[in-house]
Amino acid sequence: MTSTEATEPLSRARRRPVEPLLPEGEARASANVCQAAGCLSMQSDLVFEALRERVVAAGLGDVAVRRVGCLGLCAAGPLVEVPERGRLFDHVHADDQAAMDALVATLAGGEPGGRETSKEPFFSHQVKVVLERCGRVDPERVEDYLATGGYQALTQAVATMSPEEVITEVARSGLRGRGGAGYPTGLKWATVAKATSAEGKYVVCNADEGDPGAFMDRSVLESCPQQVLEGMAIAGYAVGAHNAYVYVRAEYPLAVKRLNSAIRQAEREGLLGSRVAGTDFEFHVEVRIGAGAFVCGEETALLASIQGERGTPRPRPPYPASRGLWGRPTLINNVETFANVPAIVQRGGDWYSSIGSAKSKGTKVFALAGAVVNTGLIEVPMGLTLRQIVFDIGGGLAGGKNFKAVQTGGPSGGCLPEALLDMPIDYESLAQAGSHMGSGGMIVMDEATCMVDVAKFFMDFCREESCGKCVPCRAGTVQVHRLLEKITRGRGTREDLALLEDLAGMMRSMSLCGLGQGAPNPVFSTLRYFRDEYLAHVDDHVCPAGACEMDGGDR
Amino acid sequence: MTNPAKARVATIWLDGCSGCHMSLLDMDERLLELAQRAEIVYGCLVDAKEFPDNVDVTLVEGAVSSEEDLRKARVVRARTRVLVSLGDCAVTANVPGMRNPFGPGPVLERAYLENATLNAQVPTGAVPALLPEVLPVHAYVPVDVFVPGCPPSADLIFSVVMDLVEGRQPAVEGVARFG
Amino acid sequence: MSDEVRTLVIDGRDVAGASGQSILSVARENDIEIPTLCHLEGLSPVGSCRLCMVEVEGTSRLVASCVTAVEEGMRVTTRSSRLLAYRRRVVELLFTERNHVCSVCVADNHCELQELARSLGATHFELAPLHPVAEVDATHERFVLDHNRCVLCGRCVRACDEIEGAHTWDIRGRGTTARLVADLGVPWGESTTCTSCGKCVQVCPTGALYEKGRSVAEAKRRRPYVPFLVARGQA
Repeated sequence: MTSTEATEPLSRARRRPVEPLLPEGEARASANVCQAAGCLSMQSDLVFEALRERVVAAGLGDVAVRRVGCLGLCAAGPLVEVPERGRLFDHVHADDQAAMDALVATLAGGEPGGRETSKEPFFSHQVKVVLERCGRVDPERVEDYLATGGYQALTQAVATMSPEEVITEVARSGLRGRGGAGYPTGLKWATVAKATSAEGKYVVCNADEGDPGAFMDRSVLESCPQQVLEGMAIAGYAVGAHNAYVYVRAEYPLAVKRLNSAIRQAEREGLLGSRVAGTDFEFHVEVRIGAGAFVCGEETALLASIQGERGTPRPRPPYPASRGLWGRPTLINNVETFANVPAIVQRGGDWYSSIGSAKSKGTKVFALAGAVVNTGLIEVPMGLTLRQIVFDIGGGLAGGKNFKAVQTGGPSGGCLPEALLDMPIDYESLAQAGSHMGSGGMIVMDEATCMVDVAKFFMDFCREESCGKCVPCRAGTVQVHRLLEKITRGRGTREDLALLEDLAGMMRSMSLCGLGQGAPNPVFSTLRYFRDEYLAHVDDHVCPAGACEMDGGDR
Repeated sequence: MTNPAKARVATIWLDGCSGCHMSLLDMDERLLELAQRAEIVYGCLVDAKEFPDNVDVTLVEGAVSSEEDLRKARVVRARTRVLVSLGDCAVTANVPGMRNPFGPGPVLERAYLENATLNAQVPTGAVPALLPEVLPVHAYVPVDVFVPGCPPSADLIFSVVMDLVEGRQPAVEGVARFG
Repeated sequence: MSDEVRTLVIDGRDVAGASGQSILSVARENDIEIPTLCHLEGLSPVGSCRLCMVEVEGTSRLVASCVTAVEEGMRVTTRSSRLLAYRRRVVELLFTERNHVCSVCVADNHCELQELARSLGATHFELAPLHPVAEVDATHERFVLDHNRCVLCGRCVRACDEIEGAHTWDIRGRGTTARLVADLGVPWGESTTCTSCGKCVQVCPTGALYEKGRSVAEAKRRRPYVPFLVARGQA
């Protein structure tokens, strides 16, 4: 097989018109209208329609109006970007004539309106690998993906590289699992590649994103599903798997729709299916939809759920790499991990490992939420400090309030205080500080937040989401929550505080899976950095932040 | 009256069935042995009306179900050196605690309205008000020794009381059992 | 399981097991008792009650001895003050989760949970009981399911599925609201898959499943009558 044969489907795709609804010719300027769930919920679909009508009415022949994925600054949606002029328009509504006028003027080459993205740290401090095409391509058109170099990595891998070479490149990149645990991706791939199975192997993409405040995976799937599929196909080629599943939570209907459409389109282009890129490599992807259980993000529970069983975790070992789906070797990675792969294969592991810090390579996508000015989706190089994220990219705290803490790592993560703002964001630093990277949720809290109440919120979440299989998590989360409830009502005692710590320690050591083992982390981290607040509740029956309603009582 | 060489021991009966007191009496002739080391200064087996001060050991039978139980528990705790929760009701709330999933309302209705053959009415005065939940003694006051069992055996009660009056740590763990 | 021998140390004693054999199994062969609840010889191990957690030298993590295979040179500790405290806590969590009243229970004196509390030295509970409203399903003509006493060990589920082959039982819901269900949530008496074999009743460690007509302390188990199940002196 020659490389011309292998790239044939790509050239076929490139011959297609870029946007059939628009006039012919190179677009002088384009309006990218965000159609990810955030903006869509504010009717950005109507913005797209209205803007297109205005562009046609204005007779702008060489202007494109595109539906694209997430533009990042979710708090200020609906968003429209005019990348050629470096402008972003926020809060654009279909019936807002002034905004439409400004957009048309900008597209027509007149006085540019909107925000100048190059001057805003929110945009200028980011480095985009995973989100490279988010906000640039139409998530429902494989042609857009192909036109931006998509599937070149897969084609290159299957045509010119051996599976071992692919794994070597991924290992060299230093990429670690972006689902939270940070296991070296290359090592995991090599383990699955070495496992032998007469009945085949599987690749599984974990898209059961469930941490409160986290929407990285949803945004990636809604904005550029092809990039994830390409990463999965490369993984399949590397480990010798021909079948794959994407496990998406049912709460992400738009992601499911775009993913299904992306699979069909990629199959049509010959980039997935029985002869990938014209080679003998076969790779079939199916979507499986979760039924609303957070615990199904745990890999063994996820696999059970795909198999049609009750989604509960099982003890490891054996790990999925040796015994996964239906007992066969299974590679399971998270959405963001797969989305990193095409760029690594195409530009090389060395390029990737040049980004980031010593032990944490590359970039990390965060869903920046909470009390900052700029909430939204960001991608930054590993090693950036929390301060840079919160104050530069995030624009500081909203309403002029003071910073109190930032929570990373979801319900099994921790709350970090002001004193740690200059800590670099990498796997080791976060773990040392009592939190962890997690999947990328980052919630900023201001002075009005009570840290005991925050710990209670996350414990409530874990209590609701515990599967009930193992005793420490099932009953422990309920008991810890009750103690926190008692403390936040000003009825807790020093004995309750001691009991809380004791029980939390037992849950961490005794629970079956990461949910129960990690559930006490918000309690531990708030005790570690904000013990004074606990003591104020217990000793003085006062909530220093003024968030908890005290009802006292003599018990 | 009081003998300084003897330990001052009391018993009290909250919400229980008196079975623990029966078990106490089941130690039979060993009561004589006990009587040489201890003086029973209060309890349903003696005539004292007011719970005395300076009690060395008090055995509490029963859970805390009513405001009166709670008042007694606090008085007893304040006047006792070593407080012993005797039996499952005092230790876990046991049978009295079986009303907890439903609350006191349905219990009173069942007892005083549904099952009444005459003058069906829930009493409001003269009897102590029920607390919303039946709880073990240590939910309200610190308890020093726990002796589970329904009832704890006479042997166990004897050994616990003898250990305490002789200043030893009683051996309960691994011996006593719920139920 | 192959015949390859693995030698290891449990509680300071040199012992040997076959490769693939669990730590729990090797320990019990050597009369080293590790407390268990969800485990029952003859049913597949699930590692969910966490009572059998042990320490293994070289790792800070505790492992469930029922699902962890012995390895050459392993050094296992089955008793320590930390393990004892944790196991007591597990028993406490179970006792406070539902409405366990030993003195009026059919399984009094024959109950594994009651015996665990005694042997682990649990004399009282610091945690507040949850007092859930739990139902009693007496719709089956011969047996009763009392949710007040269920510890969700899943032994009935596995006995029904793996030995009887009926899979009448399963767990519904999640967290502490999880409940044992017959079929897809029908009253037991209306189950179309239950064969009334009674294996679930015989493997139940508490008084959650029992034969009708039994009164307090009368639910003695007859394990040897359950085919293919190895009774371990509990009958």
